[in-house]
Amino acid sequence: MSAGINESTRVVVQGITGREGSFHTRQCILSGTNIVAGVSPGKGGEKFDGNIPVYNTVSQAVEEDRANTALVFVPAVYAGDAILESVFAGIKTVVCITEGIPFHAMLKVKRIANTFNTLLIGPNCPGIIVPGTGKLGIMPTQIFSKGHVGMISRSGTLLYEAADQVCRNGLGISTAVGIGGDPIIGSDFIYWLEQFEQDPNTHAIVMIGEIGGDMEERAASYAKAHISKPVFAFIAGRSAPEGKRMGHAGAIITGSAGTVTSKETAFEQANIMVIRNLALIGQTVSENLSLK
Amino acid sequence: MKLHEYQGKELLQNEGVEIPESRVAYFPEEAWMVSMNIGYPVMLKAQVLTGGRGKSGGVKKCRSAEEVRQYSRQMFGSVLTTHQSGKNGLKVRKILVEKAVDYEKEFYLSFVIDRNTATIALIISKQGGMEIENLSATHPESVKKILINPFTGFLPFHARTVAAFLDLWPKTAEIFNLLGKLYRIFVTKECTLLEVNPLVLTNAGSLIPLDIKIDIDDNALIRQKEILRYRDLSEFNEDEVEARFYGLNFIKLDGNIGCMVNGAGLAMATMDFIKQAGGAPANFLDVGGVATPETISRGFEILSRDGSLKAIFVNIFGGIVRCDKVADGIIDATTRHHISLPVIIRLSGSNVEEGLKTLKASRKNFHLVTDVEQARDIINTLVNN
Repeated sequence: MSAGINESTRVVVQGITGREGSFHTRQCILSGTNIVAGVSPGKGGEKFDGNIPVYNTVSQAVEEDRANTALVFVPAVYAGDAILESVFAGIKTVVCITEGIPFHAMLKVKRIANTFNTLLIGPNCPGIIVPGTGKLGIMPTQIFSKGHVGMISRSGTLLYEAADQVCRNGLGISTAVGIGGDPIIGSDFIYWLEQFEQDPNTHAIVMIGEIGGDMEERAASYAKAHISKPVFAFIAGRSAPEGKRMGHAGAIITGSAGTVTSKETAFEQANIMVIRNLALIGQTVSENLSLK
Repeated sequence: MKLHEYQGKELLQNEGVEIPESRVAYFPEEAWMVSMNIGYPVMLKAQVLTGGRGKSGGVKKCRSAEEVRQYSRQMFGSVLTTHQSGKNGLKVRKILVEKAVDYEKEFYLSFVIDRNTATIALIISKQGGMEIENLSATHPESVKKILINPFTGFLPFHARTVAAFLDLWPKTAEIFNLLGKLYRIFVTKECTLLEVNPLVLTNAGSLIPLDIKIDIDDNALIRQKEILRYRDLSEFNEDEVEARFYGLNFIKLDGNIGCMVNGAGLAMATMDFIKQAGGAPANFLDVGGVATPETISRGFEILSRDGSLKAIFVNIFGGIVRCDKVADGIIDATTRHHISLPVIIRLSGSNVEEGLKTLKASRKNFHLVTDVEQARDIINTLVNN
């Protein structure tokens, strides 16, 4: 698949010298990701782990090391600025792991990323992994075996759970992407449905949604019109009370909007197989794919 | 973070928005004295952080000092239960005493963040005083949504659109002025919701917000210092406040199976699973995407205080943190917090075998499972015992 991470991906890690940034940079390298530079304002000139150049600005990483992808581990108050720095430096894919970016800041960041045609994944997400090629994110690499199921999720650990089940049931993952748990996020279900439909390596798609918003409903009507591959869906939050934010800033039911029922109905009307049992995500996908 | 009506009105006043005279009272005598200063009739409005106050006796019109005395005594200390307050309701500790206003028409108005378009949506309706969710379901044509680009802000043509839709064309300039101020509050205070319901057209011909509901983005509180002084922790129960302090995400519910999970999505899905297995989730508890022995210990500490539990379900997808470390944390925490309840433990991830071995050797009241499905029968049995 061309979006996200591929052979020509050259990554700059923003916040590479921080605790999270440094730990996950090493994990990404182990998974095969080509990390060419890091940015840590004030630490320009240093080397990360002896060989990765650290710069003060993203532009330097673009000029010196032809970075074309950014992975952001910058703390919430500075993360919006960090994303925009990459967008204006000409980076075409930005993955933001950071949780807790203020919404009003994200409104503007998202609009600018759209205007510049930059793919923004997240914020508040685990990132993206292409087993065998690499990852841009924080997911545990070992559970993702190589295969042909594409996965899209709003939640991190629920994505791990689902991917683990899919792989234990004899299947594997083409690409798995966590799009983020915030109300304002970059790429959404529809974007990734489109990518997976075009990707010859993906034979089926699993969507992991949750209460709040209407992203799943819109994805359902898109899938009905544009997706020919089998699609499965799981939605978390049927026992959540109204008006309480269930951890993710985006996961809140207001009135009749954003409920599990509304999303599952939309999926069923789009001929998407709805999985209701958390424990049977992998098994259901596996059984229904082998029938085809 | 939700603001009380009186706090929202303070923000309106600071922005120069005209509102009826009002003051907060903490005791019946105070309400009575304030009302004499303001002059009758007055409205008594319970200041609790929930919607639907009007329908549950939280708003009363009083025509005399005697009525204020009578109704404020009833209202103070009473517990308001509305469709949004949870079944335990909320105790009334503050009352806003406000000059009653005669009006001809009432409208609905709110600013919200529109997820899909990354804009600020202004929602208006001629049917004020109603709940907007019901209204947009039953009379969608009476509700209009205007999307505002955050880079341009509220513009004169937005005001003309509002005036035309609400049949308030002669009031266009006033609408531009008033909504411009509301928009400014929405943006500068980083609100996720600013709702004026109702906005009224008074007999004297001016547009006045009678009630205001404001939610501030929790992510922005770090840079909204003056909003922080409005924080009212009675919105949460004690354990929820403490959990926050430790960086955990906890919401108390009514149920019999406590649960502790890493990650919000998996936590919600685990609660759903408990329900499907015949139990009732007693809480939402996310110990963070990466569970550590410390966060698990804090989680047990909070769950240990819930006397209505029949069991605790710990569902940890290890991932980057090793399961043997998590297992050590569980043994340590259950010992320290004297957990005698059955604990169903599902661990998955690296070093899971070592983790399970340690847990087994501890000979505690643990039910160990490696995938979620195995927990179904255990939950069912424990609930029915």
